[in-house]
Amino acid sequence: MSGNKKNEYVSYLEHQGKYKGIFSWIFTLDHKRIGLIYMYAIIVLFSIGALMGLLMRIELIAPGETIMKPQTYNGMFTVHGIIMIFMVVIPGLSVVFGNFFLPILIGAKDVAFPKLNRFSWWVYITGCGLAIASQFMQNGPPDTGWTFYAPYSTTTGSNVIMATFAAFVLGFSSILTGLNFIVTIHQMRAPGMKFFNMPLFSWAIYATAWTQLLATPIVGITLLMLIAERLFGIGFFNPSLGGDPVLFQHLFWIYSHPAVYIMILPALGVITEIIPTFCQKKIYGYKAIALSSLAIAGVGFLVWGHHMFTSGMSDQARWFFSFLTFLVAVPSAIKVFNWLATMYKGSIDLKPPFLYALSFIFLFTIGGTTGLLLGSVATDVQVHDTAFVVAHFHYIIFGGMGFAFFAAIHYWLPKMYGRMYNMKRATIAWGINFVGFNLLYFPQFILGIEGMPRRYFDYLPQFQPLEVVSTIGGFILIGGLIFMISNLVQGARKGEIAPANPWHGTTLEWQIPSPPPLENFDEAPIINPNPYDYK
Amino acid sequence: MFSNASNFVHGVDKAFLIIGGFSLFFLVSFTGIMIYFVVKYNRKRNPKATQIKDNTLLEVTWTTLPILLVLYMFYVGWQGFFPMRQVPKDAMQVTAIGQMWKWKFEYPGNKESDTLVLPINRPVKVNLVSKDVIHGFFVPAFRIKEDCVPGKNNFSWFIPGQLGDFDLLCSAYCGVNHSYMSAVVRIVPQDKYDEWIAALQVKGNDTNIGHSVLDKNGCLACHSIDGSKLVGPSLKSLYGSTVEVKTNGTTHKISADDEYIKNSIYDPDKDVVTGYPQGVMKSYKGTITDKDVQLITGYLKTLK
Repeated sequence: MSGNKKNEYVSYLEHQGKYKGIFSWIFTLDHKRIGLIYMYAIIVLFSIGALMGLLMRIELIAPGETIMKPQTYNGMFTVHGIIMIFMVVIPGLSVVFGNFFLPILIGAKDVAFPKLNRFSWWVYITGCGLAIASQFMQNGPPDTGWTFYAPYSTTTGSNVIMATFAAFVLGFSSILTGLNFIVTIHQMRAPGMKFFNMPLFSWAIYATAWTQLLATPIVGITLLMLIAERLFGIGFFNPSLGGDPVLFQHLFWIYSHPAVYIMILPALGVITEIIPTFCQKKIYGYKAIALSSLAIAGVGFLVWGHHMFTSGMSDQARWFFSFLTFLVAVPSAIKVFNWLATMYKGSIDLKPPFLYALSFIFLFTIGGTTGLLLGSVATDVQVHDTAFVVAHFHYIIFGGMGFAFFAAIHYWLPKMYGRMYNMKRATIAWGINFVGFNLLYFPQFILGIEGMPRRYFDYLPQFQPLEVVSTIGGFILIGGLIFMISNLVQGARKGEIAPANPWHGTTLEWQIPSPPPLENFDEAPIINPNPYDYK
Repeated sequence: MFSNASNFVHGVDKAFLIIGGFSLFFLVSFTGIMIYFVVKYNRKRNPKATQIKDNTLLEVTWTTLPILLVLYMFYVGWQGFFPMRQVPKDAMQVTAIGQMWKWKFEYPGNKESDTLVLPINRPVKVNLVSKDVIHGFFVPAFRIKEDCVPGKNNFSWFIPGQLGDFDLLCSAYCGVNHSYMSAVVRIVPQDKYDEWIAALQVKGNDTNIGHSVLDKNGCLACHSIDGSKLVGPSLKSLYGSTVEVKTNGTTHKISADDEYIKNSIYDPDKDVVTGYPQGVMKSYKGTITDKDVQLITGYLKTLK
């Protein structure tokens, strides 16, 4: 099926439902529309978070006070963390592209529970509202860092209860989405599609969904315990009330380490979709990639202690967590090997989505291998709680999940909107983003090794040159992002009409018209045993 | 090749080089292969892709080799770290006390210093104590870091191998002045150390008990007694004066009497002095007793 059949069907964008205007979005049950309204919310929140990041970079351009007071700075990195982690990257790819493409990729009309899906978005927006409100209420923005470490978080005067409650609410949205996707994958696959006939993005979403479902309740209860300690003086964590501060760290990281895989697994899935398309190859090592997603999710549950090597844990715990952390590197490496093997003897088309995918592999490799230095106990002692950690997780989360998000939006935008963005501008924006990103975060590795602690409002003068480089990188990256987003918005609104399959993709979503009809498939799709072989 | 600042530098930096070396190798190989493929198999040059069949042997190989490699890297890291937990029996003992936002070091014989002065080439065990929240005892040049966790008896140890001053930084976020919570580690020859420790004053009983309550609870890190403006308002000439405060968003004047002092300690966010942010100070209810509050108030009356 090629060419645009715009006149013969009603797309999900044109379909007139029960509600009109903005209500046709807020009350929609269509998984594609829900994916889009998640995306709009995420873009707004990401812009707020990025602006805060830039303000912090300006503050750090020189030692001493530059543009804000220490308390403002502390509130800013806390809120930046809460927005970016809980509202942007944890839902991120899963709620936007998982919602939009998971049903299409498995040949379904929608997710298993459309009303629950809509409810998840409402809960998400409520959580975002609460978190934003916590910034403006009495007592000032929370100043604990997004990790809420006790006993600081149980004793500080700032607005911690509201912020943790917001994270608690956002957790519910995540659990419900995970549940919905698991049932969708088990129950909604088109007749004839077995698990190993699914595209690998669906596998990634599947592994992610289990992690969301199983890990998120733990952070939920942990945050409630923190609130109970603040409100009623119940001594869970504060030693002066008989509690244990390290208990909080265990409970927090039992969720928050798997949360990293909630962020990155869908990203790995997106890259696995993009590489075959732009190489015109079937994916190499399908089973290895599918099972490595499950392995990452599984082992990822057991490595949380590597965040706590200096907390005074027993020596046995230290070597055990270090050992498991090294093992989790293997399935990630397997994916990279298979991606490179897919490129071998391909016919490579260097379009923007593929450029983002290639830079993803580069940035993810830096993020992953610096993770080895953090997983190794000897080196972790030096770089734990320093700028090195900041650089590492920005390489994984922003360079990894963020660049995968950019790859995904450049890849699927013509399918979602039926229009194409300006290719040349997208390529230039990619170049700016890539340079700006590395300039912004790479110096922080060196700063960390030299001993610059994280969450520092002020610093020793010897750190300044690299801080300046980093801030310059921040400005370049922000410029690139604005350029990229404006190009995408323009493309989605007024771009050229895109054909149904602009990249000559061989997965199921490219075989239906752009934008897709309301229920995706006019007739039940014929399922091919190889998910990378639809023509 | 490695610095001799402490006995751990060698093991830690060796792990940095080995793990960093493998990391660099993989980064360069992956990037090189990507660029090579992009050039060689570009659509212009190679318009038709050649489909390749999966190869189980290849998958097994590139699963097994990384497993062996990461096990080796794990071992190198553990080897560098293991000695950090093996304190020699003859190590001298010092206690590092972290408290918002100041380090204090207690030496045997009830002596106390703001600088951690230590003799060269002698093992020292640092007992890590916190009086409030978690702080991080971090000396980058020595490659040591361990948290001071309230209620726990953590420790660190090392043998300084180089004379001079080294930065000690707080690595665990602890509030508004976290980045100012630093101290100096001064490594001196043994004879200099003996002189210094002999001259160090024994911690006398504070003659003014009210002052010692303020000191013990870390109040003086934010509230000066000489009129200078720190994080919070100064305590000088406070008692009996009229203070402008904000309560629930409305500004009004209040007299700094016994009741006001008590409220400011137990419920600091209720009446916040104009010009200072809310949410910075925690409540000391349960930490400072009613009797101690009276002692503080008594002391404040003398600060004219």
